[in-house]
Amino acid sequence: MGILRKRMNVVAVLSVFFLLGWFRSAALCGALDGFAGLEGTIGIAGGTAHIPVMNDAAKAIMTFNPKIRITVEGGGSGVGVQKVGEGLVDIGNTGRAVSQEEIAKYGLKSFPFALDGVAVAVHPDNPVDNLSQQQVRDIFAGSITNWKDVGGKDGSIHLFCRDEASGTREVFWEKLLKKGPVAGTANIVSSNGAMKMAISRDKDAVGYVGIGHVDQSLKAVKIESVAATQENASNGSYPVVRKLYMNTKGEPARLTKAFIDYILGPEGSEIIRRHGYIPLE
Amino acid sequence: MGANRAGLISERGIQRSLLIVTGISAVAILFMLALLVYFCLPLITSDGMSAVLSWEWKPFSGHFGILPMCLVSLLLSVFALGLAFPAAIGICGFVTVLAPRGLARFFLILIHFMTSIPTVIYGFVSVFLLVPLVRDRLGIGTGFSFLTAGLTLSLLILPTIVLIFHARLQQIAPSLRLTAEAMGLTPARQFLHVLIPASSRGLIVAAVMGFGRAVGDTLISLMVAGNAPQIPSSLFDSVRTLTAHVALVVATDSQSLSYRSIFASGLILFLLMGGANFLIRRLDDGIGKDRHEEEP
Repeated sequence: MGILRKRMNVVAVLSVFFLLGWFRSAALCGALDGFAGLEGTIGIAGGTAHIPVMNDAAKAIMTFNPKIRITVEGGGSGVGVQKVGEGLVDIGNTGRAVSQEEIAKYGLKSFPFALDGVAVAVHPDNPVDNLSQQQVRDIFAGSITNWKDVGGKDGSIHLFCRDEASGTREVFWEKLLKKGPVAGTANIVSSNGAMKMAISRDKDAVGYVGIGHVDQSLKAVKIESVAATQENASNGSYPVVRKLYMNTKGEPARLTKAFIDYILGPEGSEIIRRHGYIPLE
Repeated sequence: MGANRAGLISERGIQRSLLIVTGISAVAILFMLALLVYFCLPLITSDGMSAVLSWEWKPFSGHFGILPMCLVSLLLSVFALGLAFPAAIGICGFVTVLAPRGLARFFLILIHFMTSIPTVIYGFVSVFLLVPLVRDRLGIGTGFSFLTAGLTLSLLILPTIVLIFHARLQQIAPSLRLTAEAMGLTPARQFLHVLIPASSRGLIVAAVMGFGRAVGDTLISLMVAGNAPQIPSSLFDSVRTLTAHVALVVATDSQSLSYRSIFASGLILFLLMGGANFLIRRLDDGIGKDRHEEEP
């Protein structure tokens, strides 16, 4: 009897899995239906933070309809504006709002699709869990060098920053450090993953990671008593965020419009979340 | 006669194909140099070269100097060589004259194996073992430092030096050792007073090769040196090498001076390695034709 019940449970669990899988793939097919019968190419260039999201969307679309070719290039926000403005690509990505001059010059139309937030992170055992903006600036400028000066244990602060090309660094530097100085002695790591590894293994470390990368291996510090969470980032109370935009020159053509709708739709949101960003409503 | 002729033709075919392959390699290298110079041209013409050849790297306040990285690349390689070179001589002495045959063979196999370990493994192990050790035991800095990178690099270049030097010893040892043995020298004295002086050129070549490997390595310094673009004032400071600099900056906006600075870095690295190779040729003409490695 017991064995039978157990077996029944297994069957139930398995069928739930299968049903879920079936619904999932059905839902995905529905989202991609907009691409049925279309063909052509979409050229995408610009912001590097966008690339993983664009690549995943492109892969799904091109698998669904091989007649559509999508190319994704980086280059940075400035390049994104130039290329879409000059008609070299269909979508120019930027990690900032395009300026009035750029809109006037090229007639750009912007589609914000995600929020990218950055959290100040320390080792989970670090007792410090709240810092003022000024304290963060002083720590990264190298003028506060001991944790006990900001309410922690006695121990020199180990600074970890990101490389020059990092969008995470750019947001952090502009929105939280207000473009202030960064100590030249700071260690520099080249990815969010490397940052996590460095901080999780050094109890005196401080650095910053994209909010989507925060997990139990490190602790996100509150800034002015506001926790660095996806909720606070999307409701505007956590300030260290930027929007990620897709931009087109004038109204997008049909295929490009379908791509943008896919990114803004539920599957796009799924991809955006998977890469640590927050989809916009 | 016919078979001979066919053999001659096939030999000529081999010669030709080897010539073509060699030619392609040579052209590729010259092409790389030309390309680097070409990419550096905008720097030279726009007066960017003086900005790049300065002592401060703060790209967001307009300083693009890569000289600290050049200095660190040199210092770090010298440091690694300073550790690995004596160790390599010791190992070579041990396996050549002191160790029993079986043990020597075992060590040589081990050293050969070391050369086949990918640098990323050295880097990874160093991040997990050496970095915490330097940080917690010595208690200075973050552990990502000149010292950590230097120690890891010395381990990386050790087998290169050992194998080159050992190959040289293998060529000269048999006849020399017989004579030295006849004169009553102990194995250690044979090594110190006969073999080392007789193979001094091989030693220099081995050192230069090891140095070149240390200068050229990217991943280890990127993973464990800390990458702060500063002139180190102690062994525990975080530093950035030229190679790591290129790796870190290559993804930036291609219009910026930051991006162009990596071509200057590339050119400097290329010239540095070219210089090291030139030195080898000067110090040891003809080593290319009689170098061969043997197991004891």
